[in-house]
Amino acid sequence: MRNHIAFYTGGLALLCAAVVATYVIDNEYVFFAGYVVLQFVVLATGWNVMGGYAGYINFGSAAFFAVGAYTAAALFKATELPLGLQILAAAVIAGALGFVVGVLTLRLRGIFFAIATVAIAVILETVVLNWSYVGGARGMTVLPSDTPYGFSSYMRWLFVVMALLAVVAVAVARYVETSWIGRGLRALRDDETAAESLGVPTLRLKTLAATISGALMGMAGAPYAMYLSFIEPTSVFNLNYSVLALAMPVIGGTATWAGPVIGALLLGTSEQILTVTISSELNVLMVGLVLIVFVVAAPQGIVGLTRGLWQRSIQRRRAQQ
Amino acid sequence: MPAELIFEALIAGVLLGCFYAAVSVGLSVAFGLLDIPHIAHPALLVLGAYCVWWLGGFGVDPLVAGVLLVPVFFALGLAIYRFYHYVFEADGGEGGLRGLAFFFGVAFVVEVALILTFGVDQRMAQADYIGTGISFGDMRMPVRMLIAFAVALILTLALTQFLSRTFTGRAIRAVAQDSTALALMGADPVRIKQWAFGIATASSALAGALLLIVGPIEPGLGRLYIGRAFCVVVLAGLGSIHGTLAAGIILGVAESLVLTSVGISWAPAVGFGLLLLVLTVRPSGLFGR
Repeated sequence: MRNHIAFYTGGLALLCAAVVATYVIDNEYVFFAGYVVLQFVVLATGWNVMGGYAGYINFGSAAFFAVGAYTAAALFKATELPLGLQILAAAVIAGALGFVVGVLTLRLRGIFFAIATVAIAVILETVVLNWSYVGGARGMTVLPSDTPYGFSSYMRWLFVVMALLAVVAVAVARYVETSWIGRGLRALRDDETAAESLGVPTLRLKTLAATISGALMGMAGAPYAMYLSFIEPTSVFNLNYSVLALAMPVIGGTATWAGPVIGALLLGTSEQILTVTISSELNVLMVGLVLIVFVVAAPQGIVGLTRGLWQRSIQRRRAQQ
Repeated sequence: MPAELIFEALIAGVLLGCFYAAVSVGLSVAFGLLDIPHIAHPALLVLGAYCVWWLGGFGVDPLVAGVLLVPVFFALGLAIYRFYHYVFEADGGEGGLRGLAFFFGVAFVVEVALILTFGVDQRMAQADYIGTGISFGDMRMPVRMLIAFAVALILTLALTQFLSRTFTGRAIRAVAQDSTALALMGADPVRIKQWAFGIATASSALAGALLLIVGPIEPGLGRLYIGRAFCVVVLAGLGSIHGTLAAGIILGVAESLVLTSVGISWAPAVGFGLLLLVLTVRPSGLFGR
C-alpha cells in the first residue's frame, strides 16, 4: 500500500513540476526536446508490456506510433476534434491493431512473431503512402488549434500533455506488472506450454497485453502531427522508432516498469544532445552499438546491473560482520 | 488486361523470382537449417552490394567483384557465428529472443554505417551490359535481368548440390536434424554450423552483386528484403533448399503481376503480404520438413 501511495504521489509531483516548468523556464527549446524524451518514455513503456513482460518482441513499433499519429491527424482534418479526444481515438485504433497482433501470437512465436510485426509495419506504410485523404507520400500540413488558456505557447501545452501521457503509461504498465496479468505473462514468457497446462489463460493474457501495448504506443504518436504541424509517412514509419522502442527497455531493463523509463530518459536525452552537437546519424549508430553491447553483456539492463551491485555490496557487508 | 501483357509480366516474374531465390538461399541455410534468427541477412546483402559498387569504382565488373568478395564474406560469416555461438549458444541454450535482438541491432548498425559512409543517394552499377536488352519477337528483355537470372540459377542449384552431395553439405543438414547425434558420429557440430553460416554469408556477396545489377541500391533496401527473403524461406518450408527456387518464382510472379495491374507503389507490400498469408495459413510452407 505504501508503495502505491509513494508511486502516485511521485507521478503527481512530476506532473506539477512539468506545469510549473512551463511558467519558470524561458527557453522554448527545452519543451521542444522534453516532449520527444517524454514521447519515448510512453513508447518504450508500451513496447515493454508485450516485449518485456510477455517476451514477444515487436519490431514494428513504428507502425503503432504511426497509426496513432495518422488517426489523430485524419480525425483532426475531418472534424477538428480536440486533442484529448484525438489521443483517445488514437489509443483505441492502435489498441485494435494491437489486438490483431495479439491474435497472431496464437500461431506465431519468437522470430515469426517478430517478422510478422515488420510485415504489418511495411504493409501499413504502403497503405498510407497510397491514401490520398491524408496526402499520400507528400504528407499533409496540420495547423494546431488555439493554445489553451494559461499556457504561453502551444509547445508548452503539448509538453504538459505528453508528461500526463507518460505518467498514465507508466501507471498502466506498473499495474499490469504487479497484478495477476503480470504474473500470468511472466509465467508464459518463461514456458508457454507449461503455463497453459497449469491453467494460465495464455491467449487471453497475450491479446490483453498486445492491446495495452498497442494502445500505449499509439498514444505516444497521437500528438505528433500537432507537434510538427506536419505529418508524412516516411518519418512516422521510420525504423528509428522501432529500434528505439526496443533498445530503450533492453538497455534500461525489461523486467520492471522502471527499466523502459530509465532507458528512454537516457537514450532520449543523449539523442537530443548528440543530434544537436554532432549528427543524428552518429546518434542512431551509437544507439545500435549500445543495444548490441547490452544484449550481449548485460541482458538484464541497467536495472539488473544496479540490482546486482546492490546485492553484492549487501553480501560483502554481511561477510564482514 | 491484355493477354500479352500478362505473358510478359509472367516472364519478368520468373526472372525476378530466380533472383529472389538467390537472395534468400543463404537465409534458408542460416535460418531454415540452423535455426539462427538471422534477421540481419538482408542487411549483409545490401552491404555486399555496396562493396561491389565500391570495387566498381576501380573498374571491376560487378560479377567479378561479387566472386572476389566471396572469401571475404565467408570469413565475415565465420566471425559472426563464432561470436554468436560464444555469447548465446555456448551455455547450451538457444539464442532465442536475445539472439533476435542481437541480429536486429546488427542489421540496424550496418544500415546506419552504410548511410554514414555512402550517403542516402541511390547507387548504380557500371557495366556495358546494364542498359542493353535482347529482343525475342515483340518482347524486349533487359540483359541485366537475364544475367541475374542465370547467375541466380547457378548459385541456387550449386548450393543445393553441395548440400546433398558433399560430406560437409550432408553434415550441415545432419546438424539441423540432430546435432547430438552428429557429435556422436565424430563431427563437431559447432564447426559445421560455423561453416554453414560462412557459406550463407558468402552467398550474400554474390547475391549482393546481383542486387546491384538488377537495380539501383540504397542503404534502406535491406528492410524490404527482410520481407522478400523471409517470405521465400517460409514459403519454401524451413530448411528446404530446393523449394527456395519454386518459392522465389511464386513471389516474383506475384510481385510482377501486382506491378503491371495495380502499380509500382503497392509492390513493396506484396512480399510482406504473402509472408503474413503463409505464416497464418500454412506456417510449414510448401515443402516443409
